[in-house]
Amino acid sequence: MHPMNKFFIILKHTYFSQLKSKSFIIMTVISLIFIVGLANIQNIVELFTGDDRTEQLAVIDETGEIAAPLINTMESLDEDLELKLFEGSLDEGKELVQSGDYLALITIETDEEMLPKASYYALDLSNNRITNQLEQALSQIKTGIITEQEGLDQEVINKMFTPVPIERIALKENAKTEEELNQARGLVYFMIFLIYFAVIMYGSMIANQVAIEKSSRVMEIIVSSVSPITQMFAKITGVALLGLTQFGLIIITGYLSLKMNQSEMVGGFFEYFGFGDIPVATIIYGVVFFILGYLLYAMLAAMLGSLVTRIEDAQQVITPMIMLIVAAFMIAVFGLNEPDSSFVVATSFIPFFTPIIMFVRVGMLDIPLWEVALSIGLLMATIFFFAWIGARVYKGGVLMYGRSTSLKDLKKALQMSKKDV
Amino acid sequence: MTLVLDHITKRFGTFTAVDQLSLEIPEKDIFGFLGANGAGKTTTFRMILGLLRPTEGKITWNGNAPGYDHSHLIGYLPEERGLYPKLTVKDQLIYLGQLRGMKKNEVLSQLDQWLERFKIPEYIDKKVEELSKGNQQKIQFISAVIHKPKLLILDEPFSGLDPVNVEMLKNAVLEMKERGTTIVFSSHRMEHVEELCEHLCILQQGKPVVHGSLKQIKRDFGKKNVIVHADFDVAFLQDIPGVTRFRKVPEGCELQVENEGVSQTIFKEISGKGFVRTFDLEEPSLNDIFIEKVGASYE
Repeated sequence: MHPMNKFFIILKHTYFSQLKSKSFIIMTVISLIFIVGLANIQNIVELFTGDDRTEQLAVIDETGEIAAPLINTMESLDEDLELKLFEGSLDEGKELVQSGDYLALITIETDEEMLPKASYYALDLSNNRITNQLEQALSQIKTGIITEQEGLDQEVINKMFTPVPIERIALKENAKTEEELNQARGLVYFMIFLIYFAVIMYGSMIANQVAIEKSSRVMEIIVSSVSPITQMFAKITGVALLGLTQFGLIIITGYLSLKMNQSEMVGGFFEYFGFGDIPVATIIYGVVFFILGYLLYAMLAAMLGSLVTRIEDAQQVITPMIMLIVAAFMIAVFGLNEPDSSFVVATSFIPFFTPIIMFVRVGMLDIPLWEVALSIGLLMATIFFFAWIGARVYKGGVLMYGRSTSLKDLKKALQMSKKDV
Repeated sequence: MTLVLDHITKRFGTFTAVDQLSLEIPEKDIFGFLGANGAGKTTTFRMILGLLRPTEGKITWNGNAPGYDHSHLIGYLPEERGLYPKLTVKDQLIYLGQLRGMKKNEVLSQLDQWLERFKIPEYIDKKVEELSKGNQQKIQFISAVIHKPKLLILDEPFSGLDPVNVEMLKNAVLEMKERGTTIVFSSHRMEHVEELCEHLCILQQGKPVVHGSLKQIKRDFGKKNVIVHADFDVAFLQDIPGVTRFRKVPEGCELQVENEGVSQTIFKEISGKGFVRTFDLEEPSLNDIFIEKVGASYE
């Protein structure tokens, strides 16, 4: 039988047996529920808080002048607030807060300069949204009082508080404008997150599957009917298709549920993530780095998984690989703000980091083509190297059983698959 | 379709697992491998399958090197049984059968026949992990033979089975032979090898210490067993020259003698001494040969 047929048999088996497995279905359903929940977050918050979520505040005004503008300002700052002038004593006010009739009590007095100061009484101080708004409102009132006291012109005050506009202009040709950069950052962040998740999730899945086949010893039967190399690549491809299915479902569900809820938010969402006006090059680079990154790490996972005797060790043996991808992700998050720092530039050429970090650079900056070509070249060379060595480790590893698993077994596995020692 | 092993050596680092093994296994033969743990049986099987490459020497089957080109003609039952625990019997065999070049409906019709034969048709939709060990072994056996291989390699096929199931599998093995399959197998149990094999090889530390047809091996061994059950004391027989082993049993004794001539001397010695209930001259058992050659009992 042609080896290609066996490739497709294994691919099909990998894809469908996993697709039908409980863990995969549960994982996907949970992700979908999470996505739908996220898209409906506003509705859900409203569901819990209800409509009558106005917060009642009591105000004791010793000055007799400030309460009215304060109530006005605060209620216009936050329409969920309702402030009431309280005529009773401070102790009575406190009691009402304790009994829950009021959320908080605000007392206003003036200092020796006749400027307002306030105290805020609440059961606890966890809600700093209200205190922030209180501070903001009182500052406005204070500014008004000073303006009046000193006889200053309101115009002058307005001028003083107008922020200074700063226009940022890049001198380098083709450099991205601030606006473009913000947009690119959203898209790049989304893409590196995708690569990161794909590698961790599907890398573990591959290592686990290899470990299951090894620990149940079915591997020996499989490799007696099909070459381990064919099996390894069929498995990697099968899991890749599985990943596409899962991501596809998540993205479609996310898009639909956003669209169904608030159609105006979809536009905003897409704009935020820079999808409104995507540069074609970024998408192409994204796809290229995604495929290459997945290939590299999938092969590593298969190779490491083949060393495991007991399924419990699978997670442990791929830990070094996970650390690599976590490191890449962390450097990339840093690189989003400083994509031209020399550290980011240097790490973008390390093949294990390239898929994520070089993508950050090409997404954020306009870097010379030779740099991208070089990094892709290095990455592909590494992939070929690991395909070669990984295939040999895999071939030996799947026949090798030991009490515990360590990376020293790599050497033993290579020896096992060798002809002459 | 002769399987030829030509001076095969396999070394792992400094450890020599198989050392200069040469064998020729004729078509439609049942060939038995005997040997203690670590004697090199599984390594030899893995080399025949092409999973491992010999360090030295050459293996050919029908003139070809082992490889995946004719894996659809080969069936394998590994020593460590292996199936997917979470897959049903049906899905499992469809997958394994397809990898051996079968079509899905071929697998299903063959599977029905085999399950019927092993009297477990109700397990077709059960997960393997839900089956008893003996039934798992039957499924394992079916996975090795479902594609009607020309060469069948069985590594310890009967270990851990109860006598009824052993009998069932033994008959299936014999039927495979009738259908023209060459069978290579290893077993713990000497009586299985004696019963099934025409040719055999005893391996010790990777080296073949005995090799040939069962009849020839027994003839070449020369020594025979003599059983004497008598009403008088037979202890004096152990002093007769040519008696290599003496074992007292309640009814008399069992002796091993160098050749048939010695048994005639014994016969003369006991006649006239009293009533002899049994005098029997037996061919040596494979177990005797194994103990003699390997120096220790296998089990």
